[in-house]
Amino acid sequence: MTVTADRPAAEIGRDRRRKEDRRLITGSSRYTDNIVLPGMLHLAMVRSPFAHARVTSIDAAEAKAAANVVAVYTAADLDESAGVLINAWPITPDQVTPVHPVLAADRVTFAGEIVAVVVARSAAAARDAAELVDVDYDELPAALDLKEAVQDTVLAHPDLGTNKSALWVFDSAAAGTGGNVEDAITAARADGVVIEREYRQNRLIPAFMEPRSVVVDPTGEQLTMWSATQVPHIVRFALAATTGVPENKIRVIAPDVGGGFGGKLQVTPEEWLAWWIARQVHKPVKYTETRSESMIAAHHGRDQWQKLTLAATKDGRVTGLKVELTADLGSYVAIVGGGVPVLGAFMFNAIYKIPAYHFACQTVLTNKTWTDAYRGAGRPEATFAIERLMSDLADELGMDPLELREKNWITHEEFPFTTVAGLEYDSGNYEAATASAKKFFGYDELRAEQARRRAAGDPVQLGIGISTFTEMCGLAPSRVLGSLDYGAGGWEHASVRMLATGKVEVATGTSAHGQGHETAFSQIVADRLGVPFEDVEILHGDTQVSVKGLDTYGSRSLVVGGEALVKAADKVVEKAKPVAAHLLEAAVDDIEFQGGRFGVKGTDAGVTIQEVAGAVFTAHNLPDGMEPSIDAEATYDPINFNYPHGTHLCAVEVDTETGQVRLRKYTCVDDVGTIVNPLIVEGQVHGGLAQGIAQALYEDAVFDDAGTLVSGSFVDYLVPSAADLISFDAHHASTPATTNTLGTKGVGEAGTIASTPAVVNAVLDAVRQFGVEDIVMPCSPARVYAAIAAARAGDTGTTTEGAGA
Amino acid sequence: MTKIHLTVDGGAVSEDVEPRMLLVQFLREKLGKTGTLIGCDTSNCGACTVHLDGRAVKSCNVLAVQADGGEVTTIEGLAATYDGGELHPVQAAFHECHALQCGFCTPGMIMRSVDLLNENPDPTEDEIREGLEGNLCRCTGYHNIVRAVQTAAAAGKGEEQ
Ligand code: FES
Ligand code: FES
Repeated sequence: MTVTADRPAAEIGRDRRRKEDRRLITGSSRYTDNIVLPGMLHLAMVRSPFAHARVTSIDAAEAKAAANVVAVYTAADLDESAGVLINAWPITPDQVTPVHPVLAADRVTFAGEIVAVVVARSAAAARDAAELVDVDYDELPAALDLKEAVQDTVLAHPDLGTNKSALWVFDSAAAGTGGNVEDAITAARADGVVIEREYRQNRLIPAFMEPRSVVVDPTGEQLTMWSATQVPHIVRFALAATTGVPENKIRVIAPDVGGGFGGKLQVTPEEWLAWWIARQVHKPVKYTETRSESMIAAHHGRDQWQKLTLAATKDGRVTGLKVELTADLGSYVAIVGGGVPVLGAFMFNAIYKIPAYHFACQTVLTNKTWTDAYRGAGRPEATFAIERLMSDLADELGMDPLELREKNWITHEEFPFTTVAGLEYDSGNYEAATASAKKFFGYDELRAEQARRRAAGDPVQLGIGISTFTEMCGLAPSRVLGSLDYGAGGWEHASVRMLATGKVEVATGTSAHGQGHETAFSQIVADRLGVPFEDVEILHGDTQVSVKGLDTYGSRSLVVGGEALVKAADKVVEKAKPVAAHLLEAAVDDIEFQGGRFGVKGTDAGVTIQEVAGAVFTAHNLPDGMEPSIDAEATYDPINFNYPHGTHLCAVEVDTETGQVRLRKYTCVDDVGTIVNPLIVEGQVHGGLAQGIAQALYEDAVFDDAGTLVSGSFVDYLVPSAADLISFDAHHASTPATTNTLGTKGVGEAGTIASTPAVVNAVLDAVRQFGVEDIVMPCSPARVYAAIAAARAGDTGTTTEGAGA
Repeated sequence: MTKIHLTVDGGAVSEDVEPRMLLVQFLREKLGKTGTLIGCDTSNCGACTVHLDGRAVKSCNVLAVQADGGEVTTIEGLAATYDGGELHPVQAAFHECHALQCGFCTPGMIMRSVDLLNENPDPTEDEIREGLEGNLCRCTGYHNIVRAVQTAAAAGKGEEQ
């Protein structure tokens, strides 16, 4: 019996339990803060309490004299080798980009910015001494409100002369992808419907459970950084590019990482400081942030005002969409900060055939925490806007919101379909996903219950919300990134090594922090090479092991990284064929590979891939001139983005007497193409839903008038608990992607992108009857109650007060 | 400095600690029990949950000196899992139900769930959700964590899964 005979035919599609679990459930984890090195020193940060202030003096004498303190550094001590923090995506050639120093010098630009660092022999000593650093500030007026900031009355950076960073525009008429939106709006005003809205995207905090942590060891030949990051390869590149240390002297390791959700794709002042200080003191150093520091200093997400105009015919055919965004960057342009809303530009048209489209986004500097990618990055904002608009249009026309959508969406026969934003959607079936979602949800029954409660004047009203979303993920075709002036490519790398013992070692350039790469990628390789799942080891997150890579974000690991893996594994098979032919004394053309075995066509003769690996290891008997290796690597640049989609249906109960919103049922049918591991996919959907629902109902990063983050801990920033959520009714449909070998589509962000508008549409569906048109997120009891009360009193029902402060 | 004596994961330990040292710092920094994690500074997240004298506590909310004379069990001592030993039924259920992703909330979540089931071996879904309210997870949406607790409860009753 060969090794392969007793393994199941296909790993892909199996609900394998995760390989990575055992360590994590038994407490033998290796998060960065767990790392302790001999002689290690600890850092503590002194942070500005003011949003905008001049630093007039820093007195560190007392801190320096404290027991166990090794050094205190301020900006005055830094030299060029400290580097700066980079923005990798200037979205326009004239983008206004403030220099982002690793330590603030004479001016602080947000509450939480670092002005000094204490180095001590213990974390407690460092923290104590940080309290002793005496900083004098002269407060400056701060640019805080986004709408005011764009007026340039108070400047976040007075030296720049403006808060306006960049204006990015796409117009379908100019691009040749569609008509002129102004014509469409004019026509609709004359004889059709125009929906004009302004929606608020609340500011969110990624709130990964593991606070960020960094360890730097300068004592080896290569300098090593461990960091709780999603992007070890990008951190390595940026360290080399800005600190003068040659790239091949830098090793960056992302060990176990406790969640990221975009929040850990940054290059951070904390990392850069640890990097520089370790080289000054010639000792390993560690910095782990407190949760409070994480809330103010790790980048935030969303924070936009969306001005929207939708034109349609009276029978509900959408004729044009105009989008004008204002997006808050915070006080610095983060690594892809300006680019996040631009990613949304391609998605406002969503699954619909919209003939004319205009998008403009003004990015704005303020004296708040910087913003950047948070799960979905640009696409949740776009999906929220269009799915809200479609429901508002349906209401205006008195149509069923699903019918209206169906009237406008791309039908499954129409793929591949080039959209008004210029993307080619390869595949999808919106009809199938919607039909299936309606059935699981019990759409008709819930509508009937809603009617009953409405008729009875029940104080608890039922609302049904819809979101038929799609998104672009699998970042990204390098040429497209180039055309958008992004500073890197979008390829991914994998290598497959056949070990002498028949085991397989795989290195991927994507870096997992909870996504289950070790399991899913093992399944792919096991199928491709016909080896047991257990025999495959997936290595990642260490630049010395995964030598090339572009890391993890934008739901790219499986669709880009997985494809690199497929290509590398296929190369192994191709390299092994001549060896097998040689061992079997057959012609290469007569060799077929199946289930891990090279056979000679029409005979019983064969060798397993493990036997070939053994033969290559000894190299005693190989074809003449053959290099003794069947290992292979592949770098894959995607040819297109990837377009998962789905139909999400949400039912909520709104207590009209208290404003309390209770989730009643949440059904989703997501089409993520071919599924490698249904268990992992479902987990990604659940977690995504929770975060999208949280934006709709709970989470809000609120600053006071002085620019202090008042929701700066888990007491005030309401990450939902188990008691706030319900069990989800998650299903899938499958239209395989046509742009990769396995037919997979990304799933990491889908739940978050889809769910926010489903929930808000549901809340509105419950209270529209009172005249409420909008409730600003999060739809807290206070806001829902106020909206109902205002609408009943004859007000418009728009409760924008307090939003965006 | 105060000298404390206690049992941690079945072993007797004795150390000098500063009066202000938290139990979680004691476990991680003095004993190297890094399986217990720190997720916040306001006692909201539950990542640090351990058992003190048989009950779940947030070890960031207990001073090391308060544990003097006590018996502490961390995730590392919940079952004899070294060298591939058997998992505790709650650990096994978390694995089986895919109740963890990044794993950062997991030690605390498991320790809290064990306590919850000790108190109430047959909880309803609502009782599980209320019982886990003090433990935050950012990855799973709790759906599979609830399944895992239900699965462990059923296993405890000898039911077939
Ligand atoms: S670390 Fe103890 S509750 Fe968060
Ligand atoms: S598994 Fe990541 S926080 Fe719970």
